[in-house]
Amino acid sequence: MSLTTGQAVASIAVMAGVTFLTRVLPFLLFGRGSQPPKAILYLGRVLPPAVIAMLIVYCLRNVQFALGPDLAALAGWAPPLLSAVAVVALHLWKHNNLLSIFGGTALYMVLVQAVFV
Amino acid sequence: MYRRAFRAALPATLPVMMGYLSIGIAFGLMLEAAGYNVIWAFFMSLTIYAGSGQYMGVELLRNGAALTSVAVLTLILNFRHLVYGLSMLEKFLGMGWKKLYMIFSLTDETYALLASARVPERVDPHAYYFAIAVLDHGYWILGSVIGGAAGALLQFDTTGIDFAMTALFLVIAVEQWESYPSHLPALLGCGITVAALVLLGAEAMLIPALCVIILALLLLRVRLDRQEEADGKEAV
Repeated sequence: MSLTTGQAVASIAVMAGVTFLTRVLPFLLFGRGSQPPKAILYLGRVLPPAVIAMLIVYCLRNVQFALGPDLAALAGWAPPLLSAVAVVALHLWKHNNLLSIFGGTALYMVLVQAVFV
Repeated sequence: MYRRAFRAALPATLPVMMGYLSIGIAFGLMLEAAGYNVIWAFFMSLTIYAGSGQYMGVELLRNGAALTSVAVLTLILNFRHLVYGLSMLEKFLGMGWKKLYMIFSLTDETYALLASARVPERVDPHAYYFAIAVLDHGYWILGSVIGGAAGALLQFDTTGIDFAMTALFLVIAVEQWESYPSHLPALLGCGITVAALVLLGAEAMLIPALCVIILALLLLRVRLDRQEEADGKEAV
């Protein structure tokens, strides 16, 4: 389903509004020296890694695990998983965001455009 | 006053410039590939100004996600900003109207620069902070516009460019894995989402997974809090 221009503008406005809300909220709530609830601080610490893990699974949601030695079966899962391994390996090795992101994406593009077609 | 502040802030922001230009270019390319041209890229980067949020935004626009999903996902993805704001309360005191812009532009990278900023001598601290924020925002907009324009002008095959989003999240995950005292939240997030994918399917998985993740983390609070404290002591 694709959006109309108006719907797309509304989506972007919601993203902008909510993003700003998360940034301004601490200043509105705790700007006068009151202490934030411990549960909020706790979630602020433990939620980010859980959410990022969730988004990685979401990004890889269309991976098809099909068995079989033929190219069509491999094409369902080999490009994303090989590229993901490459990103993690590059990052553990060099800790360079750009190298990891661009290296992994370039590998993925080569795999889906030229190797597993 | 501002000319001096910008001149002093420029070298400090160079690492962010490299990062924002490239991640922004990838964003512009992805957005163009999803059917939204450079004008969309410009306005998204101008008004939203959040790296991972905008990457997810491309996906949401392409899938035609409902506004409630857009709102909930943006909220959760940006929840960490709450923590950033808490540590900037004092730094932004007395900045007047510029304070609103400082709050709007508090991204991960700008936060990192501000948190570690050493204001040079004879430079007004507030002007210096403002200069850092404006420069970073400018790099981000410039990067996405270059990406959007390049995607339209160079007719190369961009199939697979959307993997940049997966790669960005993987990089963040590796950084978190190495710096967090407990791996339980990451494993929990992964396990619950896979379960939601299998049980509910790709379209309906996110919001239920998110609710279960928050619930599970709240239930594990005593244990995770204790673990953090124990790790903290070992580190000392």
